[in-house]
Amino acid sequence: MKRFLMRRISQNILTFFLFLTMIYVLVDAQPGDFGNLYLNDPRLTPSQRAVLRARLGLDRPVLERYVTWVANAVQGDFGVSFSNYPRTVLNVIAERAPRTIVLFLTATILSYYVGFMAGKVLAWRRGGILEYSTTVGGVTLYTVFLPWFGLMMIWFFAFTLKLFPIGKFVDPVLWRRAPVDANFVFHRLLITAAIASILFLVWTAISARLNQSQRGPARLIGLGVILLAVVGYWLSTGVGRYALDIVHHLVLPILTLTLVNFAGTMLLTRNTMLETLREDYIMSARAKGISDRDIRDKHAARNAMLPVVTAFVLAVAFVLDGGVITETIFSWPGMGLTLLQAAQVEDIPMVIGALVFTGLMALTAHLVADVLYAFLDPRIRYS
Amino acid sequence: MTEITKPTPSVPATPQVDTPFPEGQAPLIGMPLWMVRLRLLWRSIKTNVAIFAENPIGLIGLAIILFFALMALAHPYFMQNVWNRNIYDPVIGFDASIPFHPSPPSSAHWLGTDPLGRDVLSQLMFGTRAAFALGTVAALVTVIIATTIGAISAYYSGIVDTLFMRLADLIIMTPTVTILIVMSALFDIGFLHLALIIGILGGFGGATIIIKSQALTVKVRSYIEAARVAGGGNGHIILRHIIPNLMPLSFLYMMFTVTGAIGLEAVLSFFGLLNIRMSWGLMIYTTSYSGYLLDMSKWWLIFPASLAITMLCAAFYLVGRALDEVVNPRLRKR
Repeated sequence: MKRFLMRRISQNILTFFLFLTMIYVLVDAQPGDFGNLYLNDPRLTPSQRAVLRARLGLDRPVLERYVTWVANAVQGDFGVSFSNYPRTVLNVIAERAPRTIVLFLTATILSYYVGFMAGKVLAWRRGGILEYSTTVGGVTLYTVFLPWFGLMMIWFFAFTLKLFPIGKFVDPVLWRRAPVDANFVFHRLLITAAIASILFLVWTAISARLNQSQRGPARLIGLGVILLAVVGYWLSTGVGRYALDIVHHLVLPILTLTLVNFAGTMLLTRNTMLETLREDYIMSARAKGISDRDIRDKHAARNAMLPVVTAFVLAVAFVLDGGVITETIFSWPGMGLTLLQAAQVEDIPMVIGALVFTGLMALTAHLVADVLYAFLDPRIRYS
Repeated sequence: MTEITKPTPSVPATPQVDTPFPEGQAPLIGMPLWMVRLRLLWRSIKTNVAIFAENPIGLIGLAIILFFALMALAHPYFMQNVWNRNIYDPVIGFDASIPFHPSPPSSAHWLGTDPLGRDVLSQLMFGTRAAFALGTVAALVTVIIATTIGAISAYYSGIVDTLFMRLADLIIMTPTVTILIVMSALFDIGFLHLALIIGILGGFGGATIIIKSQALTVKVRSYIEAARVAGGGNGHIILRHIIPNLMPLSFLYMMFTVTGAIGLEAVLSFFGLLNIRMSWGLMIYTTSYSGYLLDMSKWWLIFPASLAITMLCAAFYLVGRALDEVVNPRLRKR
């Protein structure tokens, strides 16, 4: 296991360097360069332009520029963003990435939960009208043209019913006299959410030791206590109103993403369930006279979960990728919107920084998925 | 074909009970080889179609695809015979008889006109052709690359395999939508370029890995061994024995590639990043920059194109799902 891990990590480092090179080549191959930005200013003489180009290092050969860039990138220095001028790229990423991660992590977890539950039932009731209608409906949502679907959700829930705000991260009118800034509240929100979910997971693990009849109520009570504690904490801080505003802005994008994505998990679960249901241990469970529900949930679904877990980890890797469309529609100021805007104004350092960050996340998730697979499936041994 | 018409009298007319073939079928003895192959192909197609037709989901998808194909085919006919080119051209047409555009659906324009006075139905039908062309090119490129590389790297393994698999890892790792947005913002990307880029990314990426794993299971079958014993070269074995057995899976991947390609084109067009004449995504982009995006009283501007994208993507996906049950025997009902 250790050797496998070492080999995978060294391979990943190599792949990451290839990825850096690929991005560099891609961006460097574009027509023109940063120096062209100065072409718009007619007051600059050609010699001044040459000096500016030399200062940016654009007169050096490609290889030298590449080596300099990689050396800086490895140290985490991606330069200064043009469109957010005095701020560095890393600074912008540190601000925007958590917003994207919160939005998409919540949506991904929700859609995987819903999809897994639906897929379980779907495989069990194969061939019925329920299966066909759910599949067609789910696939339609899954392949829906996301910008349009997002707009329809905004139009229906935000514009017509006025249940949710139309977009953005916060409500400017409410925040005008706020004592703290949005990032402060948002970071506190993140920390409380993380602590609450860890507590709940620990409580779930503890309550698994209880017997069957006590387990359900114990979990519900635990969840209630944790939620009460969170609400109590936010009421006591005095900025609960502002935290609620951010959460309120989160609901509609999460709902949209969940609706769009759950079908993928549902169909995956259905397929792996169908394969699992053919195994001999399902037959012997039936022969023992175990109830259908228990066979489905405890014997089949748990074994069908493996590919779903892997798919989940890989999905987490691509939260930034899917972010571009959703964040544009909901004007959610996260990484995706930042990347799109940067690409549109040719803010090259920002584009490269965002891409590198995305690639790094994908790479890490691939590694985690591989290791997790080995842990979850004892049939797979890496030696 | 009966025994009497055959020009091979040396073969005795064997009694039907002894042949391993089902009743009603002539024995294959004495038949030219190509005819035997044709028959085998026909029989496998028949069984596969039967499995496919068992699943109403695939049939729904097929019906939608056929509907759109008819729309695509009807457009040139309408332009030639029914519609006035100056009014109904999807790109440069303009209806001067209507004072204000966008105009609601009428008898002349069944789906109304867009903010530039062009007929929406004509645009929609023209966009169908574009979507099919894009999907087909992207899918063909993906499948040709993925099948070739999958077969080669499974057959030779070693350094070739490592090289292509690491490349696939690299491509899987790159966020497709993001990379395409960056590329189309920096370069001037047209229709064919986009199809080729999607095809190449798909072909060297995920599809290769899946097809290679299938090729690995084909490689160890006994008929490969038999072909090698009979003196078949590497090229012969790959071309004649491995690749034909990968075809069903490749065909499945074509369907998923089409879905992805149409969706990607629509998204990139929607952001206004592509340099193309007319497509469904561009119709929505036109609506967006004219400021009618959330104006539900002008529904004919955004609904037809969006629904068309959604339905065609879903149709190809559903057909792919149904084909999955044909290709993967573990998912079948029987």
